[in-house]
Amino acid sequence: MKSCASKLCLSAIVVFVAVFALSGVGLAQDTIKLGVAGAHSGDLASYGIPSIRAAELVVKDANAKGGVLGKQIELLLGDDACKPELATNVATKLVSDGVNVVLGHICSGATKAALNIYGSAGIVVMSPSATNTELTLSGEYPNFFRTISYDDAQARLQVDFAKDVLKVKRVACLHDKGDYGKGQSTLAKQFFEEAGIEVALFEGVTPGAVDYSAIVQKIKRENVDLVVWGAYHPEASKIVTLMRKKKMDTPFMGADGIKDETFIKVAGEFAEGVFATGPRDVSQNPLFIAAKKAHQEAYGEDPGPFFTEAYSAALALLNAIEKGGSTEFEAVTKALRSEYVDTPVGNISFDQNGDAIGIGFSVYQVKNGVFTTVQ
Amino acid sequence: MTLAELKKSLLAAVWFMFLTFPIMVIKVNTIEKTVEWHWERLFYVAAGGFVFSFLWRYFLRRKEGGGRPAAAVEADAPEKVSPLQRLIHDRRFSLPALVLLGGFVLVFPYLFSMYQVNIMTTALIYVVTGLGLNVVVGVAGLLHLGYAAFYAVGAYTYALLNFHFGLSFWLALPIGAALGCVFAILLGLPVLRLRGDYLAIVTLGFGEIIRLVLENWNDFSFGPSGIANIPRPKFLWFDFSLEQSAVFIYFLMLALVLLTVFVTNRLKDSRIGRAWIAMREDEVACQAMGIDIARTKLSAFAMGSAWAGMAGVVFAAKTTFINPASFTLWESIVILCIVVLGGMGSILGVILGALVLILLPEYLRAFSEYRMLIFGVVMVVMMVFRPGGIVSEVRRTYQFKEGLSKDGGRS
Amino acid sequence: MRTPRPGPLPSGRLLSRAMAGVGGRPGHTLQLEKAQAVNTTGRATIGHTEMEYFIELFFSGLTRGSIYALIALGYTMVYGIIQLINFAHGEIYMIGAFTALIVTGVLTYYGWPHLAIVLMAAVLAMFYAAAYGWTMERIAYKPLRDAPRLSALISAIGASLFLQNYVLLAQTSDFLPFPNLIPDFAFLDPVSNLFGTTDFLIYTTTGVVMALLTFLIKFTRVGKAMRATAQDRHMAMLVGVDVNLIISITFVIGSTTAAIGGVLIASHVGQINFYIGFIAGIKAFVAAVLGGIGSLPGAVLGSLVLGWTEAFFTGYVSSDYEDVCAFVILVIILIFRPSGLLGRSDVQKV
Repeated sequence: MKSCASKLCLSAIVVFVAVFALSGVGLAQDTIKLGVAGAHSGDLASYGIPSIRAAELVVKDANAKGGVLGKQIELLLGDDACKPELATNVATKLVSDGVNVVLGHICSGATKAALNIYGSAGIVVMSPSATNTELTLSGEYPNFFRTISYDDAQARLQVDFAKDVLKVKRVACLHDKGDYGKGQSTLAKQFFEEAGIEVALFEGVTPGAVDYSAIVQKIKRENVDLVVWGAYHPEASKIVTLMRKKKMDTPFMGADGIKDETFIKVAGEFAEGVFATGPRDVSQNPLFIAAKKAHQEAYGEDPGPFFTEAYSAALALLNAIEKGGSTEFEAVTKALRSEYVDTPVGNISFDQNGDAIGIGFSVYQVKNGVFTTVQ
Repeated sequence: MTLAELKKSLLAAVWFMFLTFPIMVIKVNTIEKTVEWHWERLFYVAAGGFVFSFLWRYFLRRKEGGGRPAAAVEADAPEKVSPLQRLIHDRRFSLPALVLLGGFVLVFPYLFSMYQVNIMTTALIYVVTGLGLNVVVGVAGLLHLGYAAFYAVGAYTYALLNFHFGLSFWLALPIGAALGCVFAILLGLPVLRLRGDYLAIVTLGFGEIIRLVLENWNDFSFGPSGIANIPRPKFLWFDFSLEQSAVFIYFLMLALVLLTVFVTNRLKDSRIGRAWIAMREDEVACQAMGIDIARTKLSAFAMGSAWAGMAGVVFAAKTTFINPASFTLWESIVILCIVVLGGMGSILGVILGALVLILLPEYLRAFSEYRMLIFGVVMVVMMVFRPGGIVSEVRRTYQFKEGLSKDGGRS
Repeated sequence: MRTPRPGPLPSGRLLSRAMAGVGGRPGHTLQLEKAQAVNTTGRATIGHTEMEYFIELFFSGLTRGSIYALIALGYTMVYGIIQLINFAHGEIYMIGAFTALIVTGVLTYYGWPHLAIVLMAAVLAMFYAAAYGWTMERIAYKPLRDAPRLSALISAIGASLFLQNYVLLAQTSDFLPFPNLIPDFAFLDPVSNLFGTTDFLIYTTTGVVMALLTFLIKFTRVGKAMRATAQDRHMAMLVGVDVNLIISITFVIGSTTAAIGGVLIASHVGQINFYIGFIAGIKAFVAAVLGGIGSLPGAVLGSLVLGWTEAFFTGYVSSDYEDVCAFVILVIILIFRPSGLLGRSDVQKV
């Protein structure tokens, strides 16, 4: 009995060690490793999965054409569910797996948490969706690039549009108390106040709450000319629906978090007339049309948010490795800043800070169930 | 494997098929306005349900069947000790096992990648928090659903003190622990009169209050964006690289775990520890014996939460970025699960529980999507078949031996 | 407070010109003008607006509280019978909502009339939620009847995790819109700015459910058996009550009310997602304890108090801290009434 038990325990320890050992085995370095990190599970997964698909399509294409620098490209995925502590885990894992460049992360908070780890390993990171202004403008992250414009620019566009075109005098700024939402709304509030427009209400709603009529009543009481929403589409569609049901005509404006087909489909008829700022319209770009078609053929549905930006980021990264001649940090960053690459978002390059040159934000409005450019 | 058994399993399979029909088979997408029918899933459910029902009833019968002969044992037999516990207390096994384990643990960072070391460090942080909660829930019997709040207190203490005053990690460690104690006493004061589930709710509320205040009070805590670039701990004049830092924190956590185990073990054996156990068993009798319930409860909260504060400081240093989303209700629930699954009151159990609960999802990454599903199933199964936890606590029994002869005694 | 501008109409015209310049639809311009016209005149009758605002918030809180009540009733009933905090109860609410969505989707596809769809969806949602509740009880809680309470709690948490991910994997992680099938009742038009059709349905359903449950508990044999089991399970067994059956019935009833809540909130808010059960469950649990866990009127009262606190705090102070306020009120009430608002103080016999 005792020997049986101790044998069992001994074998358990051996198995334990073996599991550890096997998980730590690395792979040979004769491929180029493109890491894709972001929210692949959890409630923000719909923002992260399109970037996986974009990377898959780009890599498939590139590998079919012989790869980059003669090597095949390998995809390494890392799921951080938009949580910073998971992002650091993912970053460490990718680094220790020998990743060369990273496409990600999706959320600004997660990206911020992970950048230092990538930085000390000399790995270039390009995000299709992290819009926090400091990530590039602060200069603290020389290894960070992005194919989407940043929050400051977006907020400024919103304020300018509201002031010059809609001619509002009183607004309500709402957010979801989250990192992205509150950040966006704070910027909007700051710029509104600088422009002399009164911000009557600056508050956050609890995402996932049972009912939003209290805040909607509050908006009604404040008699604002415009409701500016800074976060994602689920709460936006709930609030707009409630507002319209209570017969409130107040215009509603959101940021790139709601500039998505899903918002229109979920809010249905109540989405009509809603404004949103988002990346410039690229629906005429031939590369975009091709990429969208490829997505529909491969996955049977339309691409989700940030697909275009992720596709472009993947193309830019691979192009930089090709033009730079190696996967070394210096070579890649130099190539990114000096070369122009044709992507679905346009013919882009990157500036000193890491922001893409040749892209920007526009204002859209929902007309007849489709987001159409207004400005 | 009788016919009756087969019939029951078949019935169960049919029931599952019926039960899961809408959600499994019909996938309605009201965004795209499509309805998809996945009939093949019905077969999986039927097969799975059949097998599951069969195994379930088999194991349940074994569990209950094992109980009946035990009742026939004489009244003065020692309490049934499981083979695992007997193993642990057996010197011939435990000593070499400990040495082997100690050796493995020390060379671990040099055998495996930085990623593995990080995961192990996270697991060790949870070990410390589990041991801390064990003091409150396992030993003192107070259901605490807001433990992550004290964890947050420790983390934000280091982050904020470092941000405003440049406080170093080593100074922040004891301050974090001390603040954890202070907040715990603040929590303990209103709940002195509460029992059972009312206490649980107030602790839950307290945990949420702290998280929400951290999230919304931007001026104080930087709100949801959190605090970034928190410096890692330095050892004297050495400046560590990323890999070296990971290894250093790993060893630091090992030392802290040893410290926690030592202190909590000694606490359990002390007067205050016995008072906690007495309070857990029967509060009224405890009071009748002259123990000051208020002081006992407060000390349980305080002593338990000090560890959370300490662990929080290390967490902040390790991840270099904290925000309120790391300290939600779910965190508190995970730590509670560690304590209960591991075995309430038992230190080894809590350690094992933490390792299993934290390392398992990491190694289940292969299953990616099904991870949490399997996790939930494991929790239910563990509780049904081992309600006492992995290593249930051996109750301290005092045996009264008749007469003075030695042959009646047991080793 | 905005000072009236020198005539709203001129700037309105300027606006329409600006909008036309960038391709704005004339219809939308009209909307903006109307909004601006309202803005300048709305402030005139301020006294009426304040009272109206208070009433609006009152009804808003009533809606929230009613939803919490429907879920809290299930929590409190289960707790009363087996002293278990059924963490998976929120997930039953979510499954009720999802089942209703699925049924609605399928029947809309086959072109059934609206009213029939709504009824069918509600009935099937209740039925399936009850089935899930019953199954869950048999698997996760029954073997743990005599185990320590915390083990049953962890099992409940595991069940909750399982159900959440089960729906996530079998369905989708997206937020699915719930089709708006309930027609606007014409007789509510005069008060439509205070509360809408779905609100009205929520209030009445909660009231009816509450009445039915009270009747069940007080005046039927099953209710008597439930009370007996809640008081002393072993004694009830000795007296001849089929305790297993009673416990199963309790779970079934609790799940049914939660499912009703799920269907109603899905129609009201218009969107569901696999995660809604968790948050609603926690709030409802807090409400149940606040009112005194184990007491049915307590659950409803606690829920209403919670709903009103949140609504009024959002309305008069700030939406940022509404949850904090709710929890602080909870703590304060529990300090002064340790067994909840309507709970019986547990007399501990030695």
